[in-house]
Amino acid sequence: MCLAVPGKILSITGDDLRSARVDFGGIIKEACLACVPEAEVGDYVIVHAGFAITRVEESEARRVFEYLESIGALADLEEPRR
Amino acid sequence: MKYVDEYRDPRAAEKFARAIRSLATRPWKIMEVCGGQTHAIVRFGIDRMLPEQISLIHGPGCPVCVTAQETVDQAIEIAANPEVIFCSFGDMLRVPGSNRDLLAVKASGGDVRIVYSPLDALAIARANPARQVVFFAVGFETTAPVNAMAVYQAKRQGLRNFSMLVSHVMVPPAIEAILSSRECGVDGFLAAGHVCTVMGLEEYRPIAAKYQVPILVTGFEPLDILQGIYMCVRQLEAGSARVENQYSRAVRANGNLEARRLIAEVFRVVPRKWRGIGEIDRSGLALSAAYAEFDAEGRFSFARQAAPKASECISGSILKGLKKPSECPAFGTRCTPEMPLGATMVSSEGACAAYFRYRQRSAASPAGASRHF
Repeated sequence: MCLAVPGKILSITGDDLRSARVDFGGIIKEACLACVPEAEVGDYVIVHAGFAITRVEESEARRVFEYLESIGALADLEEPRR
Repeated sequence: MKYVDEYRDPRAAEKFARAIRSLATRPWKIMEVCGGQTHAIVRFGIDRMLPEQISLIHGPGCPVCVTAQETVDQAIEIAANPEVIFCSFGDMLRVPGSNRDLLAVKASGGDVRIVYSPLDALAIARANPARQVVFFAVGFETTAPVNAMAVYQAKRQGLRNFSMLVSHVMVPPAIEAILSSRECGVDGFLAAGHVCTVMGLEEYRPIAAKYQVPILVTGFEPLDILQGIYMCVRQLEAGSARVENQYSRAVRANGNLEARRLIAEVFRVVPRKWRGIGEIDRSGLALSAAYAEFDAEGRFSFARQAAPKASECISGSILKGLKKPSECPAFGTRCTPEMPLGATMVSSEGACAAYFRYRQRSAASPAGASRHF
């Protein structure tokens, strides 16, 4: 139900109530941008039921891997001790 | 980056799983309160990658599953009205009411339409000015902004033939209800990422402090969930109980302020009955006074409601995390997605439906998640 999918904004229409064509891995759908005023063409937004709930923060997107690297080294060291 | 496949890398997942194995020294129970996460955990076999000390408990994270039977009965009654076009997310159609479901109404000639968005229901209302169009507004905080937007637009456009049957629920009061129950054995929570995308982190901090549980705001892809579990176990092993944000690419501390303003404009907080759990104070949203004219409960009259029927369905215990779907004697035999006894078998995000889909045939096959990725 809270399924929301990241997609790339292809184009934006409307000034008062902004709407976008969003590309979800090749499937293109319309999404309302009313709650993401900062989103621009080329940005990724997370869309739920035709409504963008946030812009994906690109600078945060690699955090998972950085975190894994930081603990990965530790885990690799600790594993043989077990 | 496309923000999907990158987070499904099986080697990285195995690294996380190994890190969790080397971290856990005691048994811990971690509950996710999001059907999307339940689905991903079962689909990708994340629970089977974990050491046996860590058990994942599936909480009441599916709005379809917790919508009260009385509300489903109201929906059925409205949908059967020949003047009405009844619009709903597809998941609600098979949820059993007292006597039948919305699909049965549709089969007997009711104009029941599955929509992708409430904004589509609004378009249907504009295109059919002579018919009453009713949208079944269920959902958690993630869905509240778009539902609020539909009503907000209906008012701006002066649409007299659009209304909503609202049964919105909220996550933090459900977490508190679980934590304050005597039978609760949950040590830590994965909070639903997209709910927090809208609402932010603040309302979870007092819960973490009061009940001394770590709460990890977590995303939906396998690596997100594994990292969330790792961070939760790390807190548990260290004896800390903080709110942490694993899903920082989508969740800011304050959530989405525009979306929160929209929710505050259109909705008010009310007590809400959760199917299988009972009434939880301040756990629901209903239309505010300024938007009351769009409330389908006021626009239609209803027959006296039937009391919920006794059933062998154990979804109440499933939703509270006390039982797993496979512990139900009806699971997969008398209860299947085609002939469900309860809502947890209906919704694709219900725990029973997820187990039925991904575990039914693979139960005997060797564990190991990487082949699913």
